[in-house]
Amino acid sequence: MLKIEPMENEVKFNSESLAVIEKIVARYPDGKHKSALIPVLHLAQAEFEGWLSPAAMDEVARVLNLKPIEVYEVASFYTMFNLNPVGKCLIEVCRTSSCWLRGANEIVEHIEKKLNIKDGETTADGMFSLKTVECLGSCGTAPMMMIGAQFHENLTYEKVDTILDSCKTENKRKTYFDNVNIEHY
Amino acid sequence: MGKKLLLAYDHVPGIKGFEVYRANGGYKSVEKAVKTMSPDAVVEEVKKSGLRGRGGAGFPTGMKWSFLAKPEGVARYLVCNADESEPGTFKDRYLMSRIPHILVEGMITSGFALGATAGYIYIRGEYFYIVSILEKAIEEAYANGFLGKNILGSGFNYDLYVHVGAGAYICGEETALLESLEGKRGNPRIKPPFPAIAGLYGCPTVVNNVETIAAVVPIINDGGEAYAAVGIGKSAGTKLISASGHINKPGVYEIEMGITVEDFIYSDEYCGGIKNGKKLKAVVAGGSSVPILPADKILTTPSGEKRLMSYESLADGGFASGTMLGSGGFIVMDETASVVENLHTFARFYHHESCGQCSPCREGTGWMEKILHKILDGHGTMEDIELLWEIQSKIEGNTICPLGDAAAWPVASAIRHFRSEFEEYVKNSNNLKKVRHYDSVNQLVSA
Repeated sequence: MLKIEPMENEVKFNSESLAVIEKIVARYPDGKHKSALIPVLHLAQAEFEGWLSPAAMDEVARVLNLKPIEVYEVASFYTMFNLNPVGKCLIEVCRTSSCWLRGANEIVEHIEKKLNIKDGETTADGMFSLKTVECLGSCGTAPMMMIGAQFHENLTYEKVDTILDSCKTENKRKTYFDNVNIEHY
Repeated sequence: MGKKLLLAYDHVPGIKGFEVYRANGGYKSVEKAVKTMSPDAVVEEVKKSGLRGRGGAGFPTGMKWSFLAKPEGVARYLVCNADESEPGTFKDRYLMSRIPHILVEGMITSGFALGATAGYIYIRGEYFYIVSILEKAIEEAYANGFLGKNILGSGFNYDLYVHVGAGAYICGEETALLESLEGKRGNPRIKPPFPAIAGLYGCPTVVNNVETIAAVVPIINDGGEAYAAVGIGKSAGTKLISASGHINKPGVYEIEMGITVEDFIYSDEYCGGIKNGKKLKAVVAGGSSVPILPADKILTTPSGEKRLMSYESLADGGFASGTMLGSGGFIVMDETASVVENLHTFARFYHHESCGQCSPCREGTGWMEKILHKILDGHGTMEDIELLWEIQSKIEGNTICPLGDAAAWPVASAIRHFRSEFEEYVKNSNNLKKVRHYDSVNQLVSA
């Protein structure tokens, strides 16, 4: 059955993000503010719990003065945008050639066993999601995975265990903005 | 030791920062260009250098620059393609994260040559941590008068920005990149018009790879002829090679073009030989898109000479027995590696990355992945190998952008050189326990 959503959008960028968005828009010529869409979607995903809900995308449309459909069609095209909720730590494991040659499948299976989830799933406590991804440009240090903006390279089972255990202890949402100075975004 | 032009100062502590970079000769090309040269003279030097696009296509950079339309009163853009996503390639990441100023410097000198009003560095989203490295370098360049209004008192105004993508291999295709930079889905445009006429926001635009832009720095510093003297024949200069796979020393190496493939694989200066003393089985020499070659064919040309690391020598023999330098993504496989399984990772990659605009690519890449999965899963037939061949042949040349070709060539070359291995999989299902199942493919198998 069709669900009618209330018109009022509860999701709003905070003032810090709005200031960053203003700076991003200024990079493009007058009237070309649509160019800011992808950088702003990244901000939205980081601020709104790691994924782009329809409400979050509507908020992006509002601040950039775009039609919602212009935002949806872009958000759905790019791999890094999550259109469903994900765990606090999204584990992205590279599975392409060079990583595969050096044991990526075994790393994925190890994580699956350790967390008791399959590729594409989230742990019951909402801590971890596992996603196999295409080449992340870390072929010389394969196998590798990315959590937030951090590349973890030359993986071994022990290394994976240490990293995941420390994520769990930290219990913090990882985003692509981790260790990124927002002044330099 | 071979000549180093881009990584010459890689070992210097603090080279990431402006002061150290500048103290080691950084930004001299900007000074030289804006103070003593005309824009056309800079283009001339690049033409003389013989520099060819380092992103994969190998098109002469100076010629690409000379195609740029220059209508009065219309903005022109220089866009740097830092969407490095070709499997096996990680040289741009290495360069940007370690010596960000060489890219910033190259963007300024090249921007001056083209009369660009602004430059954009489009970097793949997965390299998020490099965004702030580049932004910091740009900030330092502004603070020291190398960017902004009236650069070094020359009257040249130029701004430089970083733009982050969000995970799409297709955005490495230059028109898809421009669409993405305009805030749209990364669907390649139909050409013509080429970006040189109507690119970013419909304005004349040049799109160059990170390594290409960086190479402009030594070209202007030392002159085009000095650059052309490095390398071999039409493969002028140095090339960054990303070496990975079953080798002792994976990493990024700056090579002078013309060294032998054998030397690159086995010498301690580069890959240091095959891991665990195993035998070499195959090499993908230029990133996932280029034809895979078995050991004998990658080491020697059809005429029996040692094959060289150069555009021409790697292509010697055409697709029957040669390959391409491509982006320099050099993936090495030892005797234990399965060519069919490796191909499956490539086919899955292209299926995932196809933008979906052109039917041959959208449908074909999916079918190639499914058939390979079927073969690996123990359900393959000899007809499947023929079907795979037929599908790739129908994709090649039938799409708007080169992603279709890039998806077809690895399949064609794997069957051409390793057909018996495919047949082994069909005949012997004991080989077949390693494939991982993915939902989309499971549906096909059970259907």
